[in-house]
Amino acid sequence: MSWLPFFIYSAVCQGTPLLFGATGEILTEKSGNLNLGIPGIMYVGAISGVIGGFFYQTSVKTVNPVLAILIPTLSCLLGSFLVTLIYCFLTISLRANQNVTGLAITTFGVGLGNFFGGSLIKVVKSEVPYIALTKISKYFKQSLPFAKNLGWFGQIFFSYGFMVYLAIAIALIAGFVLKKTRIGLHLRAVGESPATADAAGINVSRYKYCATLLGGMIAGLGGLYFVMDYSSGIWANNGFGDRGWLAIAIVIFAVWKPHLSIPASYLFGGLYILFNYINVGTAMIPILKMLPYIVTIVVLILISVRKKRENQGPASLGQSYFREDR
Amino acid sequence: MKNGQKKKDAFFHITKRANPSLKRGIIVRAVAILAAFLLSALVTVLLTGDNPFSVLSTLFSGAFGKGRMLNTIHELAILLCISLAVTPAFRMRFWNTGAEGQTLMGGLATAVVMLLLHDKVPTFVLILLMFLAALLVGGIWGVIPAFFKAKWKTNETLFTLMMNYIAIQAIEFFLKIADKRGSNVVDSEMLGGGIPNLFGVPYLFNIIVVALLTAALYVYLQYSKHGYEISVVGESENTARYIGINVNKVIIRTMILSGMICGLGGFLIVGGASHSIDSNIVAGRGFTAIMVSWLGKFNPIMMILTALLIVFLGRGADEITTIFGLNKSFSDILTGIILFFIIGCEFFIRYEIHWNKERIREFFHDIGNFFVTLPEKVKLLFSGKKAEAEKIADEEKQSGKEDA
Repeated sequence: MSWLPFFIYSAVCQGTPLLFGATGEILTEKSGNLNLGIPGIMYVGAISGVIGGFFYQTSVKTVNPVLAILIPTLSCLLGSFLVTLIYCFLTISLRANQNVTGLAITTFGVGLGNFFGGSLIKVVKSEVPYIALTKISKYFKQSLPFAKNLGWFGQIFFSYGFMVYLAIAIALIAGFVLKKTRIGLHLRAVGESPATADAAGINVSRYKYCATLLGGMIAGLGGLYFVMDYSSGIWANNGFGDRGWLAIAIVIFAVWKPHLSIPASYLFGGLYILFNYINVGTAMIPILKMLPYIVTIVVLILISVRKKRENQGPASLGQSYFREDR
Repeated sequence: MKNGQKKKDAFFHITKRANPSLKRGIIVRAVAILAAFLLSALVTVLLTGDNPFSVLSTLFSGAFGKGRMLNTIHELAILLCISLAVTPAFRMRFWNTGAEGQTLMGGLATAVVMLLLHDKVPTFVLILLMFLAALLVGGIWGVIPAFFKAKWKTNETLFTLMMNYIAIQAIEFFLKIADKRGSNVVDSEMLGGGIPNLFGVPYLFNIIVVALLTAALYVYLQYSKHGYEISVVGESENTARYIGINVNKVIIRTMILSGMICGLGGFLIVGGASHSIDSNIVAGRGFTAIMVSWLGKFNPIMMILTALLIVFLGRGADEITTIFGLNKSFSDILTGIILFFIIGCEFFIRYEIHWNKERIREFFHDIGNFFVTLPEKVKLLFSGKKAEAEKIADEEKQSGKEDA
């Protein structure tokens, strides 16, 4: 069983970007917006962090730990905020179709990420051969110093960079806010029945804007974690792969509950790398990679068959709200 | 809002247009596309340092320049085929985001038939079998989510989305067992066969098939009983039930059709163009198709134009990136910009904004007042007479209200 602690460690590392994405998407969907732009937003979050970090690292000789974390994080938040703002403006203010807008955001965001990832050096006419933010990444990867002394226990619980714990904290806070506070109640009302919420004096547009923007920024952090911690600050085009869609799958798997998305993300992360640990021959790897999606479909079917009220997605998911339409 | 202060009126309110005129639709869209092109040109100029006119001419020569016409038309045909596939589903408000997977599965079926039978049956029979296999498998991939949607109202957007990634892995699985060398492509050498060039022109078969399909689907949707039923179900399922339409049957039938046309797309890509298969043959067209169909108002004839716009941009942008040694994804950025503008402009066609002129006048009056009394207030503030400054501010508010 000596591989088990490392397997769990790898599953958590794989699951963390998914957790950020899933938490962000849950907040968004709770307001009734089905944001299929999340994969693109995560790319934008990642590349914004990289751009911020790149300018910082190339402009100074020695890297200050606080700034090394602050600058990429803030530029990541700003980037994902702006691209989510496009989504919000189109779907909430201009009442555009959410599916089409979301897919357009994904096309745009993935393109933006890959373009700047591949051409940033050329565009800013820099001298360095490729983007390697290893100096900055060091601070993102910094784990607790005593983790190594604790054996398997330390590896499973303490050997991660700070963003892993941040992801858990954000998911727990999101769950608490949704379930226990007035703001969360209002937000859920907006997602279930915007017309009723509107009649009760809740500002529907404001809630939709805030939840979607916040959700986009949280998802963007997932991209930042992936490039700064998981990939050690080295950008690879399309390296993030289809993780954005997996994050959307987790939302269903966790039946729209942020605290359930924590184990769900680690489970999906584990499924993602399972083929490294099971001796099945290369042909079976794709079959194993199908598992997360098949499991998600099964859950999707089950919740629609059982029709339990508390396990359904928000009732107005995917629909624009227009007061005069009622 | 402070106590005692009256809540002010909104600056504008929005109403739905009863009958958006055709003329208005054309003008608004033209303005949106023009604005998008200007912004795209600006972005390109900023990133490449080239002058705007040469950027524009590069865009055109990349898409329509010498020796590129055929490729551009073929690219248009393939994108249009997949866009046509999703259209019947969208017309009944079934959000088929799974075109990517349905097309991939069609391509996979084609490749399997080619791999197994290319040296066993005559070319004509082989092509027929490829065609049938692609339609069958594409249809099956499409009908699975439709069945659950019809029976239990399972969310089809998410279901079809997940099916894409299963299809991608199914292709990876095929590559692993079909090709023992461990490469990630099964190429034309192994597959054999494929559709020969008509009259010596490559892709001509594909282009003709899609042209016929466009006309046929237009007639099917616009003039057949099925097309009518699809529209009614899309408008309101209850109405459909009331007039005796079997909604579940329509959903399942339409998704079989949608999946089959996607399968046809896979057949054309693998059998009629690449003669090889890998998990990237559809290259995101399944998602682009959704936008093409929506932008074309689910009208097959209009969709020719929207697909052309997207293909033109993609190929033009590719040319720019080749010249300046930039990353290929640049075309996605430009496509995104165009899409945002077209998606956004729909609002100005469907809705009308009524500005509240009085409220705007009042607003500017307030601003004017603020600046007129500003020097006096600052002077008072600096001389320590805060109370008097506040008094003036209060008077301002009073006068503002009286004006209104």
